[in-house]
Amino acid sequence: MLKQIEGSEAVAQAVALCRPEVICAYPISPQTHIVEGLGRRVNSGELGRCEFINVESEFAAMSVSIGASAAGARSYTATASQGLLFMAEAVYNASGLGLPIVMTVANRAIGAPINIWNDHSDSLALRDSGWIQLFAETNQEALDLHILAFRLAEELSLPAMVCMDGFILTHAYERVDMPTQAQVDAYLPRYEPRQVLDPAEPVSIGAMVGPEAFMEVRYLAHAKQLQALERLPVLASEFKQIFGRDSGGLVRRYRTEDAETIVVAMGSVLGTIKDVVDEMRDAGVKIGALGVCAFRPSPLAAIREALRRAQRVVVLEKSLAVGLGGILATDIRTALAGVQLHGYTVIAGLGGRPILKSSLHDLFKKAGEDALEPVSFLDLGWDVVERVLERERQSRRSGPIAENILRDIGVVGATLA
Amino acid sequence: MFQVRIHGRGGQGVVTAAEMLSIAAFLVQRYAQAFPSFGSERTGAPVVAYCRIDDKEIRLREPVIKPDALIIQDPTLLHQVDLFAGLAADGIILINTNRSFAELGLGEFVGGFRPERLRTVAATELALKHLGRPVPNAALLGGFAALSGLISLASVIAAIKEKFSGKIADGNIAAATEAYEAARA
Repeated sequence: MLKQIEGSEAVAQAVALCRPEVICAYPISPQTHIVEGLGRRVNSGELGRCEFINVESEFAAMSVSIGASAAGARSYTATASQGLLFMAEAVYNASGLGLPIVMTVANRAIGAPINIWNDHSDSLALRDSGWIQLFAETNQEALDLHILAFRLAEELSLPAMVCMDGFILTHAYERVDMPTQAQVDAYLPRYEPRQVLDPAEPVSIGAMVGPEAFMEVRYLAHAKQLQALERLPVLASEFKQIFGRDSGGLVRRYRTEDAETIVVAMGSVLGTIKDVVDEMRDAGVKIGALGVCAFRPSPLAAIREALRRAQRVVVLEKSLAVGLGGILATDIRTALAGVQLHGYTVIAGLGGRPILKSSLHDLFKKAGEDALEPVSFLDLGWDVVERVLERERQSRRSGPIAENILRDIGVVGATLA
Repeated sequence: MFQVRIHGRGGQGVVTAAEMLSIAAFLVQRYAQAFPSFGSERTGAPVVAYCRIDDKEIRLREPVIKPDALIIQDPTLLHQVDLFAGLAADGIILINTNRSFAELGLGEFVGGFRPERLRTVAATELALKHLGRPVPNAALLGGFAALSGLISLASVIAAIKEKFSGKIADGNIAAATEAYEAARA
């Protein structure tokens, strides 16, 4: 059924259709609307015996999810930013124990300086935690990916994050096609746990494992991610059969067939990139885009196949590996080992900096002329940076950077973009 | 694609206005995208929200930089925020005020605009009259329907009903309807 609703509400409805049994969360922007929507549904009795557990922190939210999942319940939680970092230890435990929790990460920057706006620093910080990470391009895909994530996670006994851009998607009203309960039931079978804490058949979960077996347990986590790599295209195609649309999968190509330049990105910025690709194509430029849906497991072969005939690749990412450059770009480089082409990393949109079509036009034009630096920062205020560096040269007690910059640029109550 | 930027202050329902506008457009089978300017909203602080309307899927995620229409929910922002940034000279301007453009000191500024695309509506007064609260957003959408012809009053009313119920819906519908009539006159 077509609906014009907020992204968070769309995800709440989709998670509700997945028949969760335990939901717990601690509020943090921009994730809050999702669990509020689910809380209302639990309260109204719409979700049957599903329990909504209020917890005192994100660490507790993940810990309760672990307990609930180990007891055989289909478990869901959501978080963002510092919330994800605060639960980091438990996030690793969930995957180490092989518990198929599904978690929405409403992607948001990490402080300091504190910032509530979107980038991908939070979930990418936990890229090695053993969780599957799927990135949504639209609110339609965000809601679809939750259904797919439960299916994949439970099949493999592996937790999955669905990553959606905070505010840009979570707070956007747009058209979505909400599936029926019958469709979701046809796609997502009842959860049949591989391991369950059952007093009738007691087991212990969470043993200490020494050097004699730790590597094997870890390798099996890696092997499961590789299985996910095989299952994701299959599950996406089954998804299409039931729901009638493309969602999920590993990567998605957009006008890449004869492209000399291919832009790689994740999440909602792909929409803006596609608009720019269309305009540049109209002007005769051979450019295309590659959207990475599965960030973990990393679809190295699919990425390589999509990119290897291009002359240059621009990885545009909302994350920064401080002291290195790109995070996604490093994965892409791994995928392209041995392939000769120009590779550019562009860091963009950190902390909610708008990624403008006009800036992308300039950027892609420069890329086409191979005039980009290996690592560059889209729309960075160099004058602002220079002022800070000069101040630090002039004075030992130069003071706090963020506060100085805010004074320099004269932040007022409202800026348009 | 038609792009609307709505300016107001926290508490005036700016974000809700953009959302209702998108619902109204959806109800007449168009694609629409509404989103806030992602600030930490506080009562009284300047707030911006956007709505795009098109006949095909809207993929663009940048803020609305070159609006086709502006809805200004609070004229006191005229001295605080660059409200007209990016607006084309044939753009639509709807301001919530009981004064005229000239009385607001905008006479000269709008000299080059098309007069039939400029309108003021005393939306706060209408909201107080019908709703008992100074929340002008629904009334302004009624005015916007008349001024732009982009959405119908019926779809505005349907959008109000999706967002509100009971007396609040009734009051907003009455305010929107009166604003629609006033803006059409």
